[in-house]
Amino acid sequence: MAVETETKSQTPFGQALRRREDPKFITGTGSYVDDIVLPGTAFVAILRSPHGHARIMSIDTEQARKAPGVLGVYTGKDLQEAGVAAVPCGWIVVPDMKLPNHPPLAIDKVRFQGDAVAAVVADSREGAEDALELVEVTYEPLPAVVDLEKTISEGAPRVHEEIEDNISFRWTMSGGDVDRAFREADRVIEQRLINQRLIPNAIECRGIIAQYQEATGDLTIWSSTQIPHLVRLLLTLTLNHPENHLRVISPDVGGAFGSKLYLYAEEMVVAFLAKRLPGTPIKWVPGRTEDYQSTTHGRDHVDHAAFSVMNDGTITGVRVDTVANMGAYLSLFAPGIPTILFGLMLSGAYKIPNIRCEVTGVFTNTVMVDAYRGAGRPEATYLLERMVDIVASELGLDPTEVRRRNFIGPEDFPFTTATSVIYDSGNYPAAFDKALQAIDYQGFRREQEQARAHGRYLGIGISSYVEICGMAPSQVLGATGAGAGGWESADVRVHPTGTVTVYSGSCWHGQGHDTGFAQIVAGELGIPMQNVEVVHGDTEKVQFGIGTFGSRSAAVGGIAIYKSVEKIKDKARKIAAHLLEANEDDVVYENGQAFVRGAPDQAKSLAELSLAAYLAHNYPADLEPGLEAQTFYDPSNFTWPFGTHICTVEVDRDTGKVFILRYLAVDDCGRVINPLLRDGQVHGGIAQGIAQALYEHGVYDDQGQLKTGSMADYAIPTANELPMYDTDETVTESPVNPLGVKGIGEAGTIASPPAVVNAVIDALRPFGVRHIDMPLMPEKVWQHMNQGGKA
Amino acid sequence: MKVPISIKVNGKEHQGEVEPRMLLVHYLRDFLGLTGTHIGCDTTSCGACTVLMDGDAVKSCTVFAVQADGHDVSTIESLAQDGKLHPVQEAFWNEHGLQCGFCTPGMIMASVGLLQQNPNPSVDEIRVGLEGNLCRCTGYHNIIKAVQSAAREMSGAKAEERIAVAGPAE
Repeated sequence: MAVETETKSQTPFGQALRRREDPKFITGTGSYVDDIVLPGTAFVAILRSPHGHARIMSIDTEQARKAPGVLGVYTGKDLQEAGVAAVPCGWIVVPDMKLPNHPPLAIDKVRFQGDAVAAVVADSREGAEDALELVEVTYEPLPAVVDLEKTISEGAPRVHEEIEDNISFRWTMSGGDVDRAFREADRVIEQRLINQRLIPNAIECRGIIAQYQEATGDLTIWSSTQIPHLVRLLLTLTLNHPENHLRVISPDVGGAFGSKLYLYAEEMVVAFLAKRLPGTPIKWVPGRTEDYQSTTHGRDHVDHAAFSVMNDGTITGVRVDTVANMGAYLSLFAPGIPTILFGLMLSGAYKIPNIRCEVTGVFTNTVMVDAYRGAGRPEATYLLERMVDIVASELGLDPTEVRRRNFIGPEDFPFTTATSVIYDSGNYPAAFDKALQAIDYQGFRREQEQARAHGRYLGIGISSYVEICGMAPSQVLGATGAGAGGWESADVRVHPTGTVTVYSGSCWHGQGHDTGFAQIVAGELGIPMQNVEVVHGDTEKVQFGIGTFGSRSAAVGGIAIYKSVEKIKDKARKIAAHLLEANEDDVVYENGQAFVRGAPDQAKSLAELSLAAYLAHNYPADLEPGLEAQTFYDPSNFTWPFGTHICTVEVDRDTGKVFILRYLAVDDCGRVINPLLRDGQVHGGIAQGIAQALYEHGVYDDQGQLKTGSMADYAIPTANELPMYDTDETVTESPVNPLGVKGIGEAGTIASPPAVVNAVIDALRPFGVRHIDMPLMPEKVWQHMNQGGKA
Repeated sequence: MKVPISIKVNGKEHQGEVEPRMLLVHYLRDFLGLTGTHIGCDTTSCGACTVLMDGDAVKSCTVFAVQADGHDVSTIESLAQDGKLHPVQEAFWNEHGLQCGFCTPGMIMASVGLLQQNPNPSVDEIRVGLEGNLCRCTGYHNIIKAVQSAAREMSGAKAEERIAVAGPAE
């Protein structure tokens, strides 16, 4: 099977090449954690709390220990006695943030349904499951609180005894003079918006294998994770196992969307078990319900938004008061999501001089909430873009007019927002106009008018977004309280025969970086794609890296690679100058060879130069042998993609069901490495955003039972519930990095929920409906259509 | 108490004894090492485990191994022949019909099953035909394009076969 085809005359950068990683996946020879079969594997089953909140009175493991094939039964006490630390949280957003202890296996209390209580290891999966039923736990059920507003009301049950108000942190951001803006405004327009809890739903559940070799002291972990190096670091710190004897491998990962971005309790437990049972590979792969109960969820805000506006549609101020659900404990990055990645994004695509945001992070008896695709930015964009439509409606203006009036102009960049972030580059009206034109906005308005006359309800919704990518610079992240750097690493190794292996600290899980990164390297080095291999996801092969999340891989990981390639070319020129007896300044590197400017017939190919570098016989005296370069790249700023999405819908008068007529996306992510992959990211992102707008909601009952605890209950859309997507682009290069790239992984998820909801509300205008909270399920929409908007 | 079974998998007869509660997907993965068939849920929702049984797409998490006794099962591993990809595989690759790849084997087997029943499905028929398979990465857009493209390719190939049988026209 051939790898990708490429046009010979062109650099592969920018070409829509099909992916080199696909042959294994389409032939069923990928290797996800559960596909890895090590001889003598033992299996872990984890006993989980059936209660949302309960005191553990006793745990009796005796019968389970005697069950056939059982190798051990462990509880929180065993981990505690072994000195295993708490599950970590690494984003301290305010100094007095309450960070409760999170034991990997619960000790005295369980605080959410699915909280891990005991682990059984047996020689078969079935044996472990069967023995699990023999573990006797006596619980004293306690009143639970799952709602984020109820949890901070008087008399709510305490999730953690020591935290009397269930509040982890209050985070405030303020820029400009918000009070004055509100005093002097023509109108103040307010709305309460719910950004509902979502379950990320990577189709591969999490999974872990751990194996410890006593003779060498080596502990190897295979985990379905986005961050193998951070997992290694955190396991080192929590298990007190030396980092240089810990190897974390992220094999093929079946989707993640932020949900595999943490050190999880189970990684600690399985690693602990491996050390207890030296030599035996220990495997844990949850079922879907277990995964839903134990893997982080996303979103779950209540936002009170107030906009101060002038009658012409100018937005002079934004005030946001948000309560964000953290779940029962603080997951690794959780506090940063509704604060840094939400609050700082509240200027959106607009010149809003005065912005204030207060966020209260609260505990409830639910599984932890952390980053889910977009992470904070979908919430901010939803708030802004819904509010812009509500403002337009209240002022009797067209929503396009309000957007146009407030857009940051192309001449304003770099633009510093009232939230103190600096947008790198953009042309928001250009993407906006392109989208309006493509959808024929005025034509649709006419069509809508005609349809209404016939009792049909069409609507159009616009969403103009700005997104923050390339999580970096490290110092800025550090200043926000993040416990990780924001750089990325790359090592580019040219072998003696001129083929290349790239070791990337990024860690992909479906995006296609293998192809995209090879396109950068092959293009810059002027060598065929098939001469470039890209390696990632193994801490023993790859230098320390941060990983893949926040659409950072192109703008940080890709640039690290680019910079290493520049170093390679620079060294190659030095070697060529020596071999050609020329002045280094006269030697150029082009199309895979180095030559004296104007004399390409005397060129030295990369393979020749590489061989010379490894032989080092006839070689510059002041140069080290070998041809390899490493870069730890820390950008000077984030990158800021943007765009406009437009959705048109028809709402069925009789049932309230929403039909998407057309979905159009104009995205600007800077220069595009591979349009095929760009479109793929946009499609998938839009699908997840439409899913939030119309279908999905993670629901707990009052006792903390996850009612949407399986794929049969949680409404992931199928092919039959989603439209085709029209994608287009504008290209505004980022000045932050030499490739001008920005990032596209989350744009679709960020832009689409308000585009869809705005379209539905627009369709319902004749019914006087101002707002409906997501998901816009038919029943809810029907209620609004039939009670004059008062439902 | 184990039960003897005999299942033809990817053209080869397999005999063994399994527990009655063993699912076909576990038999394929754990006994035969055919790990291309994946497990994504416990509720017959995701379709990652889709295989063909006697030519029909079935979810192998919802068939007991003992129910497959005497039947003919094909998995993703059997699709490419002599190093040549099946047109559906080729189409998923060309159209970027996959990202993380986890749903892909099931999605491809469901598509093969669909095209066997309906060689020229409309977009709506493809959507309904693949309703039992969840993908979280692609938004289905490119999957639908892939199935359309495979349908064209396969009907073209069939037409070529017919010409070949009839002999070249002079």
